[in-house]
Amino acid sequence: MVRIIDRRFDSKNKSAVNRQRFMRRFKGQIREAVADAIAGRSIKDLDNGESVSIPSKDLSEPQFHHGRGGIWETVFTGNDQFSSGDQINRPQGGGGGGSGKGKASKDGEGEDDFVFNLSREEFLDVFFDDLALPNLVKTQLARIQEYKNQRAGFTNDGTPANINVVRSLRGALGRRLALASPYQGRLRELQKQIAELLETHPEDDPEIIRLKDEIGILRAKIEAIPFIDSFDLRYNNRIKIPKPTTQAVMFCIMDVSGSMDEGKKATAKRFFMLLYLFLTRTYEHIEVVFIRHHTVAKEVNEEDFFHSRESGGTVVSSAIELMKEILHQRYLNGAWNVYGAQASDGDNWENDSPHCRELLSTAILPFLQYFAYIEITPGEPQNLWREYEKLVGAHANFAMQHIEGLPDIYPVFRELFKKKLA
Amino acid sequence: MSAKRQKRKQPLPAPGEWTFELIEAYHAEIDRVARDYGLDTYPNQIELITSEQMMDAYSSVGMPVNYHHWSFGKSFLQTEKGYRRGQMGLAYEIVINSNPCIAYLMEENTMTMQALVIAHAAYGHNSFFKGNYLFRQWTNADAIVDYLLFARNYLSECEERYGEEEVELLLDSCHALMNVGVDRYKRPAKLSLTKELTRQRERAEYLQSQVNDLWRTLPTQQIKTQAVETRRFPPEPQENLLYFIEKNAPLLEPWQREVVRIVRKIGQYFFPQRQTQVMNEGWATYWHYTLINTLFDEGLLTDSFMMEFLHSHTNVVYQPAYNEPWYRGLNPYALGFAMWQDIQRICEHPTDEDRYWFPDIAGSNWRETFDFAMRNFKDESFIAQFLSPKVMRDFRLFAILDDDHEGKLKVSAIHDEAGYRKVREILSDNYNLGSREPNLQVWNVDLRGDRSLTLRHQAYLRRPLSDAADEVIKHVARLWGFAVKMEVAHEDGRIEVLYERHQDRRKTDKN
Repeated sequence: MVRIIDRRFDSKNKSAVNRQRFMRRFKGQIREAVADAIAGRSIKDLDNGESVSIPSKDLSEPQFHHGRGGIWETVFTGNDQFSSGDQINRPQGGGGGGSGKGKASKDGEGEDDFVFNLSREEFLDVFFDDLALPNLVKTQLARIQEYKNQRAGFTNDGTPANINVVRSLRGALGRRLALASPYQGRLRELQKQIAELLETHPEDDPEIIRLKDEIGILRAKIEAIPFIDSFDLRYNNRIKIPKPTTQAVMFCIMDVSGSMDEGKKATAKRFFMLLYLFLTRTYEHIEVVFIRHHTVAKEVNEEDFFHSRESGGTVVSSAIELMKEILHQRYLNGAWNVYGAQASDGDNWENDSPHCRELLSTAILPFLQYFAYIEITPGEPQNLWREYEKLVGAHANFAMQHIEGLPDIYPVFRELFKKKLA
Repeated sequence: MSAKRQKRKQPLPAPGEWTFELIEAYHAEIDRVARDYGLDTYPNQIELITSEQMMDAYSSVGMPVNYHHWSFGKSFLQTEKGYRRGQMGLAYEIVINSNPCIAYLMEENTMTMQALVIAHAAYGHNSFFKGNYLFRQWTNADAIVDYLLFARNYLSECEERYGEEEVELLLDSCHALMNVGVDRYKRPAKLSLTKELTRQRERAEYLQSQVNDLWRTLPTQQIKTQAVETRRFPPEPQENLLYFIEKNAPLLEPWQREVVRIVRKIGQYFFPQRQTQVMNEGWATYWHYTLINTLFDEGLLTDSFMMEFLHSHTNVVYQPAYNEPWYRGLNPYALGFAMWQDIQRICEHPTDEDRYWFPDIAGSNWRETFDFAMRNFKDESFIAQFLSPKVMRDFRLFAILDDDHEGKLKVSAIHDEAGYRKVREILSDNYNLGSREPNLQVWNVDLRGDRSLTLRHQAYLRRPLSDAADEVIKHVARLWGFAVKMEVAHEDGRIEVLYERHQDRRKTDKN
């Protein structure tokens, strides 16, 4: 007896658990690969996976085997030239032919690295993991939040305001025709009979009267069919479709003075990336303006923004000033949602900080959706922080956060997400 | 393909696409012919699967269910990568030695391929699983799927209770020893799910008390046991390292012993397959070839079906020569197929040479001889017994001696009158697990001292252990819980310590 079973539609992804285990085991290497990838990527490039390569030595599953050496006697096929007792040179390189059964391959040496691809989701997972994002936010980030209404045919119920008159009456007419049709047929038949009878009989013939009565009953029945019924009603249907609201511009301002080392810059980069990622979920088109500053500010491309080194003192207001300029020149025509993100170690020229606050408060914050400031410093908050603190109460769209490591980045966004959720 | 019989039947339809009705129809015909030839099989269960499911099956070592482990994820990624890039095709089938015998067919296969696979797996391999003594002794087809299910449930229970990481580390160590978890010369007890379940708890407690044997070296008893101070433990060297650890490792928890046991049992299940590659694949290939050809002779198959069939068959039994770039050693399908065909020839049309070499089987009933050979041999003995001079000539076999003390390789024998026996002997030895894999023994436990475990590698023909052994020793040390020494006994009697691992569980582990 045979049983033939169709398993093709059984649960897919049976190996998902094993894949997960694999990822967890090599989390270290994968994190490294992701960190490298982030360092090498544009902050706009978060929608791709990443290929991760793990040295096959780390992956090997060791077992007891023979190594090379000793005496091996092996049978081969296809003898074309040898006779018993022939002496031949050892084949060079690769160690293939002559000795045993590919014994070297298990040792893991000389093998290529094991390369596999992280999907976009897995890549973001690792990225989020670093930043200690709560799960809710992870799903929020993956979701598009704004919708627009769009017509989508008709439905059977809705609010009276949405009744579509033409459709409803068309339906009613059809229903009336359909329900009346048996009576109408009979009616026509009776009328024909009466016409025939009238040719030979007088009008008060009892048969004709009976027929006329029946006609009366049928007419009454036809009349009784309601002109319009609740299930004739059709409503215009509107559905919400996700709509990325137009466009946004994101200002990235970073202090590149001597005190900002590579580590602090890397942290700042994660911060900018996360903000960018958030914005991509909401906006269709995003422009990013990079402003870096020490004592003077300059608009640069992304490459220079993250990688060129500067040194010297710090005048933060130069950057704020430049932002204001660019903002007013290019982005205040009403078509842009403006976001600002500033990263600094907080070390500013003492007299400059109040000026920064002033500028932000009057010339910038009123036009912005959101401005986030992060101060990346291991120690006490610096003078810029103390000035900015005064802005927090006054402006709902201003947030600041003191950051020592990557997990501290997220709270900056908490406010922002809260607002969007409401 | 002889045209002995008249083509009298209406051929089965042979479209490219298969359907369930067609698979059933082909199966019915194959089944009928197989019964005529007297093939004795487990009932068949044919399962149609997708290529993704095939990769799943690949990565859980060809089993329908298995416990979870990262290494299976790794092999899935590997297979997937190779497959997606077109570097490798997937096998047409996987067949599982179980009762009923489960054969997987991939949905991508054409109807011809499905028929080939049914003949190959569901009749060829299936009958071999049921008949061959190694499989009968080492595996229990009735219980394997249940046992795997039990194993998976048990392991996920352990993961819940002791943490995934703990279980994973343990499995890593066990996997490293999977190949040395078999008693080659002892017969195993049969697997049975019910027995496993009922005895498991009992065994756990009993074992724990047994292990205390090793602890009976406390100072208070020392005086009494002075007399037996030279007592060895184990009294005789043990070759089954996993079993030894399962029974004797002093610090393992009962659940850990159970996990060691599970890995050992599953490893043992694959033991026969590693020893019957040539026979088993050759047998299955012989039967798909014979069954399909018989159906063709009956007029049941179309010419186009046969063309495709022969194309695939020829690919399967292709044997490149030693100097071709795609030479990967002897193709077990090719060698096995040639040998089984040759045995049939010797039975039916023996030459004088055959009568001299195989007086027992020359001219005998080939079906009976087949049955005898299939049931009672493994690769090593099968080759030693049945490899004929004709096959050696056809394959142009020759043997090379590679001695690392000599500057050159030596051709030790070729396919000629003087060399037949020698070539056969060497080839048989190439398939002997005992000489192919290093001979390792549990040599001693230092009962009176630091409880260290000594493993001994009995060197054979100066063949060394690979460097990976050092890593494996770490795993042994993790399981044993105390120091582990690996020494090698050279053939000239020298003993040399290769690796030494110290492990103090009380310091490194939370337990």
